[in-house]
Amino acid sequence: MNDAVLAGRQVVYENRTFWRNPPAAFFTVALPLMFLVIFNLLFGDDEIERFGGTVSGSTFYVPGIAALSVISASYTNIAMMVSIARDDGLLKRARGTPLPPWAFLFGKIAHAILISLLLVAIVVAFGAIFYDVEVPTNTMPAFIVTLMVGAGSFCALGLAMAGLIPSSDAAPAVVNGSILPLFFISDIFIPLEDAPDWVIFIGNVFPVKHFSEALGTAFNPYETGAGFDWVSLGVMALWGLIGVAVAMRYFTWAPRR
Amino acid sequence: MTAPAISVTDLRKSYGELEAVDGIDLEVAAGEVFALLGPNGAGKTTTVEILEGHRERTSGEVSVLGHDPGRNERAFKDRVGIVLQETGVERYLTVAEVIDLFRGYYPGPLPRDQIIEIVGLEEKRDDLVRRLSGGQKRRLDVAIGLAGDPELLFLDEPTTGFDPAARRGAWEMIRNLHAAGKTVFLTTHYMEEAQRLADRVAIIAHGKIVAEGAPANLIGREKRTTISFADPGDGPPIPVREIATMSGGNVVIETDEPTKMLHILTSWAAERGVELEGLMVAPVTLEDVYLKLTGASEEEVVE
Repeated sequence: MNDAVLAGRQVVYENRTFWRNPPAAFFTVALPLMFLVIFNLLFGDDEIERFGGTVSGSTFYVPGIAALSVISASYTNIAMMVSIARDDGLLKRARGTPLPPWAFLFGKIAHAILISLLLVAIVVAFGAIFYDVEVPTNTMPAFIVTLMVGAGSFCALGLAMAGLIPSSDAAPAVVNGSILPLFFISDIFIPLEDAPDWVIFIGNVFPVKHFSEALGTAFNPYETGAGFDWVSLGVMALWGLIGVAVAMRYFTWAPRR
Repeated sequence: MTAPAISVTDLRKSYGELEAVDGIDLEVAAGEVFALLGPNGAGKTTTVEILEGHRERTSGEVSVLGHDPGRNERAFKDRVGIVLQETGVERYLTVAEVIDLFRGYYPGPLPRDQIIEIVGLEEKRDDLVRRLSGGQKRRLDVAIGLAGDPELLFLDEPTTGFDPAARRGAWEMIRNLHAAGKTVFLTTHYMEEAQRLADRVAIIAHGKIVAEGAPANLIGREKRTTISFADPGDGPPIPVREIATMSGGNVVIETDEPTKMLHILTSWAAERGVELEGLMVAPVTLEDVYLKLTGASEEEVVE
């Protein structure tokens, strides 16, 4: 088999094991949808000042939960799964075979991006069907580009975090502890209308808020341009590059026991 | 003469002050079953992982199938199978799927059904890995090692944790691999395993090879026979008092002349009407040689 076929085959096997592992599939797929339903029940009919006009709570939540879905399928999923696979020796075993290392990692990353896109499609369709969220068509290219930049950057950050996590026991605490607080200060769970300046500042440093903002811009019903939020995309890409650098420095194949 | 499968000269690996591997030389012929024996912490796994390419060495020459394993070449990995200690497998694939996944990585894999038959997992082929018992998982490890039809198979403690029946099954399997012309590099701390399977054995202790050769030759170096019996009352009988040792309530005598020694002992006992309870005459085993050379305690060997 040539290497491209091998890499493709890794994606197929990643996909098979993903859906057969109920906890992983549940947390990655069901949790974002639960958040979407809960937030819409609570705040779906609120009027929120956003995007240079007034939008329904539902229109606010769709891009935010789309961002959350991508982050949970890429960053959370990869950081957890890779550190567990490393400590179980799966990475070391793969390293002892002729499979090129890039093909192994490609399988994980490509699968995470595919799951991300699937989740976003479900979230957007859910919003459109049940909550009358208007899906913009003229900014669709910007929406897709933003999704790809976000998924790529958060995959890189997931690999970086897997490199930094000392052991698989620590993985859930480190991964959730690093991402959950950011969801609260990044315009995802709650609109940041009257937040103190320092909270806004912290949110602006990390890529989560830039991701939800960039998706929001590309989902804005009042947007007249192409919908690209270049500043946010730039910050996300920069974080992605930091992720690649950290992963290259700290990623290991051998268990840390 | 064909080139050796493995050739190692003055291999060293240090972790700070600790010399885990302290200048060892090894040569393994193609088609041979070679066992590296040693207590835990002696440097067995460090050595085998350097040969596999999983660890970098501090210094020394290493050639495995003509490759330097430290260079991580794909052509090298195409030709070797590696069975590590305690390694996980993707839990949500079936046995057959896992074997196919790994077969796909190699240019000339063994047929899947043949692999399953060699390791004896026919009845588990469609079960998820997470449903396998410990021994079955270990057999799957070996199956993965065989996936690419390797010329050289590394087996790092392949039967640790096996029950006696499973261990015999694994031995049978290794004999079959040997018969098929494979080179097998085995590490173990079960002496019986090495004695039964290996063409040649090297014993490693504190990072150095302390003995090397065919099991029979290693045993032959110790021409002694062990005679033991329960303490008849007041320590070793007079005729053997000088040469006997006491061990756990038993009198133990090592001798080159077991017939003569038994005659002395039994004459002495018969004259006095003493019964030598639990009298045993045993040839020296590889384990005795091993214990003597490594200075390991009994528990370390059995564990």
